[in-house]
Amino acid sequence: MLPAAIDALTAELGRTGNASSLHAAGRAARRTVEESRERLAAALGAHPSEVVLTAGGTEADNLAVKGLFWARAAADPARRRILVSAVEHHAVLDPAHWLAASQGAEVVHLPVDREGRVDLASLATELRSSHERVALVSVMWANNEVGTVQPIAEVVALAGRYGIPVHADAVQAVGAVPVDFAASGLDALTLSGHKVGGPLGVAALLARRGLDLTPVLHGGGQERGVRSGTVDTPAARSFAVAVETAARARPDVAPRIAALRDDLVRRVRAAVPDAVLRGPDPLRPGAAPTDRLPGNAHLTFPGCEGDSLLFLLDSAGVQCSTGSACRAGVPQPSHVLLAMGVDEREARGALRFSLGHTSTAADVDALLDVLPEAVTRARAAGLASAAVAGRAARR
Amino acid sequence: MRVLAALSGGVDSAVAAARAVDAGHDVVGVHMALSRNRDQFRTGSRGCCSIEDAGDARRAADVLGIPYYVWDLSERFEDTVVADFLAEYAAGRTPNPCVRCNEHIKFEALLDKAVALGFDAVCTGHYARIVLRPEAADPAGGVVRELHRAADLAKDQSYVLAVMGADRLARSMFPLGDARSKDEVRAEAAARGLGVSAKPDSYDICFVADGDTRGFLRTRLGARPGDVVDTDGRVVGAHDGAYAYTVGQRKGLSIGRPAADGRPRYVLEVQPVTNTVVVGPADALAVRAITAGGAVWLADDVAGTGTGDGPWFVCTAQVRAHGEPVPARARRTADGGARVEVDGELRGVAPGQSVVMYDGTRVLGQATVDGTERG
Repeated sequence: MLPAAIDALTAELGRTGNASSLHAAGRAARRTVEESRERLAAALGAHPSEVVLTAGGTEADNLAVKGLFWARAAADPARRRILVSAVEHHAVLDPAHWLAASQGAEVVHLPVDREGRVDLASLATELRSSHERVALVSVMWANNEVGTVQPIAEVVALAGRYGIPVHADAVQAVGAVPVDFAASGLDALTLSGHKVGGPLGVAALLARRGLDLTPVLHGGGQERGVRSGTVDTPAARSFAVAVETAARARPDVAPRIAALRDDLVRRVRAAVPDAVLRGPDPLRPGAAPTDRLPGNAHLTFPGCEGDSLLFLLDSAGVQCSTGSACRAGVPQPSHVLLAMGVDEREARGALRFSLGHTSTAADVDALLDVLPEAVTRARAAGLASAAVAGRAARR
Repeated sequence: MRVLAALSGGVDSAVAAARAVDAGHDVVGVHMALSRNRDQFRTGSRGCCSIEDAGDARRAADVLGIPYYVWDLSERFEDTVVADFLAEYAAGRTPNPCVRCNEHIKFEALLDKAVALGFDAVCTGHYARIVLRPEAADPAGGVVRELHRAADLAKDQSYVLAVMGADRLARSMFPLGDARSKDEVRAEAAARGLGVSAKPDSYDICFVADGDTRGFLRTRLGARPGDVVDTDGRVVGAHDGAYAYTVGQRKGLSIGRPAADGRPRYVLEVQPVTNTVVVGPADALAVRAITAGGAVWLADDVAGTGTGDGPWFVCTAQVRAHGEPVPARARRTADGGARVEVDGELRGVAPGQSVVMYDGTRVLGQATVDGTERG
């Protein structure tokens, strides 16, 4: 967490008051919440009334997908289609699939190219042929695994022709690339506290004024009546401080992190020539710094299993991820890589290195000190596994 | 030593890992994911396959202060253990999937991967003892490792471990082999603050969801109706698939007509080619000799080496995980198998079962039953 966000959180934790109460302590808490809302809005190019505070990015995504689907289907029962990119986070994909399984929604997965960018022609075709049946479009601002920044402006322009609302999960994007809600033309946008140096357990859905959203949580009618529940005042203030700080620091921090990431990619390629960078190549001539999240390097290592590499690097003090989070503790081949046309075997050798505002050149040096040996060992482990499978198959 | 502790989420593997930590080893916990479609909670007596079990394994690692990882071996498990289980039943044989899991998964896929990643040994919660015999005359001057029954004979698992062979034994640790009882292990788990101390034992086949093996086989192999006949070839009943029957089975034969002599009838033979189940009286199940294939020897000093038949040796033979060992004599055969001649009383031995030969508590070798001589 950013020190300023920790200070804000701990200062507020000592204060009493429910922002919904009418007495002095309640009014003070309300004032803190509303000031925080204004600061969030200002940092994100939104109007304060567009900020709906939630207890996490997953909740905000659920509110966007379910809330928009229910509201649109209630207004016009023919609108049952949910258009999502094939590389969405599970917090968007799973609510959409749940609506399909239980409420008669139809989920359309928009394909992506080899770099993970959503195919606009498919979106255009889909909208042209069935726009009167579409409830909403949800395309993430930037992908959490491979860092691809999506063409949000083009998505908004296409859907806008038919007046179809667009949601973007921008959890990875805020603080990493410029995000301006009003300028984006989006109807709804998700951001989360802990991804910008704020606390865990607080997030927001920016929802355009007048956007018809059916609530997921019912109760006291807080947050425009679409998200009931006592507002977490300390978290709101700390979240606002973090977003404000991250947005202000971004023009200096993002290029520094991107330079470190580029160095990492260059050196990994030199050390392990057959490693494959997934997502847009930031070293390609003409690459724009906003094509890819600055702190993201996602690579596949042929012949290695990601869990072997993760174990070896973790033992050597380098913490990375096998690409996507585990489902129920079991590493699954990433749906993002599969959607990008990576085959299942290659997808198993995936590792994601994430750099943040505290990362240094020494961290990249430390990785390169241990990576070549780890890859050699992981390959041997992969060969051992392949030999076992081959022998078993012959029996 | 760098030790990989296989953590199933049960009490035995957790205490085994704890003992390895106490012994001063550098221990890392690994939970094997053997199914891609895991249930959230444990149901009945199935062990180690639910998400809850993975969570219990993680908590055990937390308590022991060791790193914890999940390794996905589900594809290998399906290709070896489950595929063998189905193929064996389809061929009219009775496989032991726990033996195959130890052979292909725990002491092959897991062990090989562990060694490749720099580990010296794999530690499991099995009840069996590895006894080092430095005094044995090994020309290479190394130690000889013997596999023995556990101190607690009621929990002994040497039967399902015998398949692993000598090389694998050298890279294995069974810290519970000396435990006097399961109660001792549970008490130790409680004293160590391991939350799994009171978790029930598992004993069913882990990949058969509800313990209904027959239902599992029908789903995976399809219904194949056929005849149930007596020893004279008379049709006495019908079945939905010969694979659902095991030599020695008495229950669930659904025979309409009683036997002429009024005595209960048992499955004597499963004939996959004609899809026929043969039934008859109990005394027709008595086995005089067993021929078995795919032998693995852990006692070259007794079974001998070389390409021809080995010398006869006296042993006790066990054909089921919790079966009684019976007096026998046995030899290594030139075809890579074993011949076991039974001196005691042994009934209902099905092809596909493992026969393990012991000298007292020591495992001499094991092989997979191909056929029996009766009478």
